[in-house]
Amino acid sequence: MGRFSDLRELFAKANEVKSGDQLAGIAAQSEQERVAAKCALADLPLATIHATPLLEDDVTRLIYESFDEQAFAPVRSMTVGELREYLLADTTGERELKALQPGLIPEMAAAVAKIMSNKDLVLAAAKIRNVTRCRNTLGERGVLAIRTQPNHPADDIAGILLAAFEGLFYGCGDAVIGVNPATDSVETVSAILHALQRFVGAYEIPTQTCCLAHIGTQLAALEAGAPIDLLFQSVAGTQDANRSFGVSLAMLREGRERILEHHRQRTDVQWVGENVMYFETGQGSALSAESHHGLDQLTLEARAYGVARAYSPMLVNSVVGFIGPEYLFDERQIVRAGLEDHFMGKLLGLPMGCDVCYTNHAEADQNSTDNLLMLLSAAGCNYFMGVPCSDDVMLNYQSTSYHDAVAMRRIFNLQPAPKFLTWLEGRGYYRDHQPAALDGALRRELMGQAEELLSR
Amino acid sequence: MAKDLMPEILNRIRQRTPARLFLGRSGGGYLTSTQLALRSAHAAARDAVRDEFDLPEHLGQTLLEKFGIFETTSSARSKDEYLLRPDLGRKLSDSSRELVRANCASAADLQIVIGDGLSTTAVKSQVPTLLPEIRELAETRGWRLGRPFAVRFCRVGILNDIGDILHPEIAVLLIGERPGLATAESLSAYLAYRPRPGHTDAERNLISNIHQRGVTVHEAAARIMNLAEKMREKKISGTQIREQLPDGSRYSLK
Repeated sequence: MGRFSDLRELFAKANEVKSGDQLAGIAAQSEQERVAAKCALADLPLATIHATPLLEDDVTRLIYESFDEQAFAPVRSMTVGELREYLLADTTGERELKALQPGLIPEMAAAVAKIMSNKDLVLAAAKIRNVTRCRNTLGERGVLAIRTQPNHPADDIAGILLAAFEGLFYGCGDAVIGVNPATDSVETVSAILHALQRFVGAYEIPTQTCCLAHIGTQLAALEAGAPIDLLFQSVAGTQDANRSFGVSLAMLREGRERILEHHRQRTDVQWVGENVMYFETGQGSALSAESHHGLDQLTLEARAYGVARAYSPMLVNSVVGFIGPEYLFDERQIVRAGLEDHFMGKLLGLPMGCDVCYTNHAEADQNSTDNLLMLLSAAGCNYFMGVPCSDDVMLNYQSTSYHDAVAMRRIFNLQPAPKFLTWLEGRGYYRDHQPAALDGALRRELMGQAEELLSR
Repeated sequence: MAKDLMPEILNRIRQRTPARLFLGRSGGGYLTSTQLALRSAHAAARDAVRDEFDLPEHLGQTLLEKFGIFETTSSARSKDEYLLRPDLGRKLSDSSRELVRANCASAADLQIVIGDGLSTTAVKSQVPTLLPEIRELAETRGWRLGRPFAVRFCRVGILNDIGDILHPEIAVLLIGERPGLATAESLSAYLAYRPRPGHTDAERNLISNIHQRGVTVHEAAARIMNLAEKMREKKISGTQIREQLPDGSRYSLK
């Protein structure tokens, strides 16, 4: 380790520049110190990382409980630098990488990401497809799914459904139709869950619905009779940061069990799998809750994936530019973080999507999201957000749009999830695997349905 | 026929949601008018972020005098430092601590604080009507109200510092939200029961989106007081308090 006193310091200083690591006072002080850390990290044996937990808490215990010694065997004797070459090698394919997933702990994924270039992160991630199933199947090669995010500042049901409905004409909504409620109350969340379920039921849309409230609010709504497809929660990489979200590992485990039981009782739905959780994460969240314990934000993000994968999620995405410039200052840092998050998640076995976004106080604009969106599409990202014209009118930030979905699928020759695509073609919203032009008949249907939603 | 209906339907959609719906597309791109409208809205939001807090301009002399509102500042010394150092925005400066100690009664039932946050436009649009409504509701309940003050370069964590200095039972922070493209007028109210150092968002409750097309000032005042009452009754705040919305509210089950 040379000049670095311990693994925490080495890990932090080997990071690419992030304002959050600077804020925490743990970043490299010069470019040469940064490279020295990268060199020392490249020579570090993976076995040393395994033998040296960076922190003692329940997240660490969970990570070590789910570690698979046998899967680790092929890379046990490697250094971090050798793991990088192994991941990139022509002879390492999807089969080898999938077999390796349970044998890597998040800290190893973080370590190797620190010495990979942006292109490396894309190249290695593109080899891996992590497929999940709930009401449909997501993540297969050639598929790019979209979470429709039809938020409304006052949780107006018609406003929400109109946005979700328009998304269908752009082929959006196959990942999930997921609403962030403006008000985290049982009444509001129940109303949204019921409305989304009626919407999906009426049009027989093969997709999942979700209301992204606190897990406790969702479960209280479930208790009161609301239907839940995916149970959502924000998670972070330390026990204390999770506590600041008002959540514990036990709550996640029990919540998942209750949803699985609830799905068994809903016999009207054709379930195709048991991936029932949806997690969001983001670099900087632990520091923002003052519970980072001196660890860098990239490593903490990897540990959040260690939490997520213990509960077999349907969807996981970092919300990469949401947190603000004090953690990711500008486009360059947001792009880097987005690529790191996607790579680490894929390597650890997660169905990674990404909310490619920025806030209005960061040094970024829509061209920044265009750039990261294209890089992550090349990397094989499972899904992105579909927000009307990229402008979330409730959360007040800019993400990616229905239009962006059409563009990415066209540029990279990708399609919606298979079952969803069949449904789109059946409705006439897609023709020849492309969004249909709004000719007379389709326009009449669109306006007719809109009018119906408005008059509810 | 359908064509004649469209403007009428679109109009109703626009009234129902500020989301940018049914604006058409050119392939995988926006129409040029949409593209440029988005750029223009982003420019307005960027300018709102950079704007500096000015009490007479943003709150009005009448309100300042009526409530005895005075100005304090966090430990951040500039807008740039404020944006990059959230830790500084969570602590009052040394001189402001003294100012607050000298001017505010401690242990009030309800202490209101106004922060610029990321939008002075939001403070200007909502606080002059919201503050009197909250005071009226508090007075009908016979609560002792602390003297409100404003904090420049303010973060939500300032609540802990205020708890440390003044020990109010309930503290309410009215703070400008990050401006979006649809509006820069959105205000948040963060509530905490006996805030003190070490508290996180898990110990706070939030009413966000207070603006004309979100939660109106009138609704916000009622919800703030309902939450505050619940907190005083249960002697706790945060994720264990679940907001029950008043009967007849537009959030109820449809």
